[in-house]
Amino acid sequence: MATLTKPKVTTNAQVTITETAATIKAKSDKRIVFDSKDLNLWYGDTHALKDINLSIYEKEVTAIIGPSGCGKSTYLKTLNRMVELVPGVKTTGEIMYNDKSILDKSFKVEDLRTRVGMVFQKPNPFPKSIYENIAYGPKIHGIRNKKILDEIVEKSLRGASIWDEVKDRLKENAYGLSGGQQQRICIARCLAIEPDVILMDEPTSALDPKSTLRIEELIQELKKDYSIIIVTHNMQQAARISDRTAFFLNGEIIEFDKTDTIFTNPADSRTEDYISGRFG
Amino acid sequence: MKHVNREQVQQKMNGRILKNNILKTIFFLSTLFGLVVLAILIIRVIMQGVSWINMDFLTNRLSTSPEQAGIMGAILGTFWLMVVVIPVTLILGVGTAIYLELYAKKGRFHSFVQTNIANLAGVPSIVYGILGMTLFVRALEFGNIVLAGGLTMSLLVLPIIIVASQEAIRAVPQHLSEASYGMGATKWQTVKNIVLPAALPGILTGSILSLSRAIGETAPLVVLGIPALLIPFPTGLFDKFTVLPMQVYYWTIDSSLVAEYANLAAATIIVLLVLLFILNATAIFIRNKFQKRY
Amino acid sequence: MALNSKIDNHDKVSIKGMITEKKNGPNINRAMEKIMPVLLFLIAAVSILTTIAIVYTLLTETIEFFKRVPILEFFTGTVLKPLSQNPEFGVLPLINGTIISSVIAMLVAGPIGIMTAIFLSEYASDRVRRMLKPMLELLAGIPTIVYGFFAFTFVTPLIREFFPSVEATNILSPGLVMGVMIIPMIASLSEDAMTSVPNAMREGALALGATKLEVTFRVVIPAALSGIIASFVLGISRAIGETMIVTIASGSSKNFTFDITQSMQTMTAYIVEVSGGEAPAGSTIYYSLYAVAMTLFVFTLIMNLFARYVSRKFREEY
Repeated sequence: MATLTKPKVTTNAQVTITETAATIKAKSDKRIVFDSKDLNLWYGDTHALKDINLSIYEKEVTAIIGPSGCGKSTYLKTLNRMVELVPGVKTTGEIMYNDKSILDKSFKVEDLRTRVGMVFQKPNPFPKSIYENIAYGPKIHGIRNKKILDEIVEKSLRGASIWDEVKDRLKENAYGLSGGQQQRICIARCLAIEPDVILMDEPTSALDPKSTLRIEELIQELKKDYSIIIVTHNMQQAARISDRTAFFLNGEIIEFDKTDTIFTNPADSRTEDYISGRFG
Repeated sequence: MKHVNREQVQQKMNGRILKNNILKTIFFLSTLFGLVVLAILIIRVIMQGVSWINMDFLTNRLSTSPEQAGIMGAILGTFWLMVVVIPVTLILGVGTAIYLELYAKKGRFHSFVQTNIANLAGVPSIVYGILGMTLFVRALEFGNIVLAGGLTMSLLVLPIIIVASQEAIRAVPQHLSEASYGMGATKWQTVKNIVLPAALPGILTGSILSLSRAIGETAPLVVLGIPALLIPFPTGLFDKFTVLPMQVYYWTIDSSLVAEYANLAAATIIVLLVLLFILNATAIFIRNKFQKRY
Repeated sequence: MALNSKIDNHDKVSIKGMITEKKNGPNINRAMEKIMPVLLFLIAAVSILTTIAIVYTLLTETIEFFKRVPILEFFTGTVLKPLSQNPEFGVLPLINGTIISSVIAMLVAGPIGIMTAIFLSEYASDRVRRMLKPMLELLAGIPTIVYGFFAFTFVTPLIREFFPSVEATNILSPGLVMGVMIIPMIASLSEDAMTSVPNAMREGALALGATKLEVTFRVVIPAALSGIIASFVLGISRAIGETMIVTIASGSSKNFTFDITQSMQTMTAYIVEVSGGEAPAGSTIYYSLYAVAMTLFVFTLIMNLFARYVSRKFREEY
């Protein structure tokens, strides 16, 4: 079965990271999926993202933390260009996705979003059956074969570790499920189109602690196959599940490093202030 | 194993995007369709009728001769109709709204009245004409005078002003009336001095919109038996009368006999539309001026 | 100084005293507290009395009519000749005319109305929407008599230009114009239903790589379906009750036919014709007015109740 032709791994991946900001020193042998270069973004006159340089590595969990309004969600939504839904958004700079510039208008958003899935803050299943929720993505992309759809639905629900809970009620409306289950349905819906990257925008902020824990376990599972970027305002969560952490403040990246380093030995005093709870 | 074949997805992508763009254009053209018809209608009416509008046309009596015919009688009739409709709908409409929003207990009776008002709004206008003919013209023996027409029209537009007034009252912030109660004011004092003044712009807007509906409506008056005859100018509520839309109606159907009547109808439509435009502009002005007060 | 001494010279002003004085006196406020609820109740009762009056009027006279013309004959008769020597009172030609004109109107207003709603709700930018919506409201504010004039003096001649066989009065032209009249109603009610679908739903689909079209047809419209259906039903109800356009442009032939190029009469147009002809009170024709009006009333009432039921019952909970 034909799969996405993997772009060549650039040998000088590390070199492509602009080293202007002292913040970026998290180097790795892993391949870079997303590479932001001097990214700036304005909502009308508001300068929401300032000179963002950030590399996201393959099959890792990258957490983005920072106080509300720091631009972390905006950055996440720029990666699949959902940010364009806000009227009056302007961007400069580049985001390279596997060496293609996604902010270029010739890069189709529909194409981008089939490769970069997204899970939202509040669970937002469609008011349809569980089955239809999962099959929605494959169907719009032209998969009609019932047998393949059945397989995709099962595989995705298993992938989101909710198969056992819903396998007997696939025809029931997804609204009958609990919030935590709905969120895992949304993750399964996202897995169904087999993306490379999953963006998660505070996926557990609307959930109770038990459901949160399940999602966190799931994220650990998923990172074997997917690159995951998660925005969270819960620092314990970032520390628990992520490999790397970026700290945003007022639209700027203050620090980006291995999660251990950020939480044990941050380079910037503002990072330290934030993770020790002095503001935010 | 991958189930999603990227190449196939890629191949279909362009077609899907193209389909989206084509249909977007179709949706846009559909939106324009109504507006284009509106433009044609207005241009057509103006071209046909504007040269017939002059002082004589506005001040003359009706006449079978197109050159001498004027619409003063219809203008006066429309004026007297408004004299009935405005106070009746304001008292009944606002009163009902106050009762439903501030006095009635929310329960079965309340929702019954509410459903009833919604259904009245959907009753065809001609049925109100039959009610008016049976009740006012025949049973109460008013004959087809201004009062009968005005009361019929008032009942017709009542649901509009009730709903608008209810929304206006509901939009008055709770803390205003609480402040009033807090100072020991009685319920009616609060309603009269606090709630109604705050809701007034919304009520006026609704009132004007219902009035413009009453002015443009024809069917009920046809049923009341408003004559096409040459009648003296109405001078009060108990005179026989005609109104602008009735004049349009008679001139339109008689235009197959005398072609110029169509031009007279067009000229009358222009006067009617200008009148409605002024009313609606006033309503929009009031709405915008008082919108952001709290 | 002078001012102060003036006040001092006055008796001590006691606000408290004034309040108690006012509260205890035989004042108007207490009376108002008693009177107003009753008065307002009576005012609110007018709307109920209106309904009762409509139903009572229609019902009594309709019963009188059915004493003279058997109910079965009325509802199954295909011939309507009220003025003939041997009058026949079959309502089917009128129902037929009403349905045909409404179908034509809905063929115009349905698709264009919903496509307009889709454009305004899913595609148009805020600026464009703010520009277009008032213009559509304008379309809704044009009196129906003006549409009647337009159908009779412009649309019919235009149709006859291309299809000379079409009669000078026909059901096609008023049907089309009625459709234009109903567009704003369907567009605005459907748009309301569609905009009330939460944005999170749209974002969920867009994030899967759906185009706006796919979001519209597979997420928004299914979620807003009850509101859209309600808007259609209300549109049909409006078409059934519309009077002046069909009266002017479709003439008064009581043909029982499906040929849309011919003149047909609707229920509303029949009421206009008969009442305008000053039917003598007590004649069978006079009572037929009420039987037809009753039929019309029941038709539209069922439609309106159904629309209300659909939009309430099947409202999605997001």
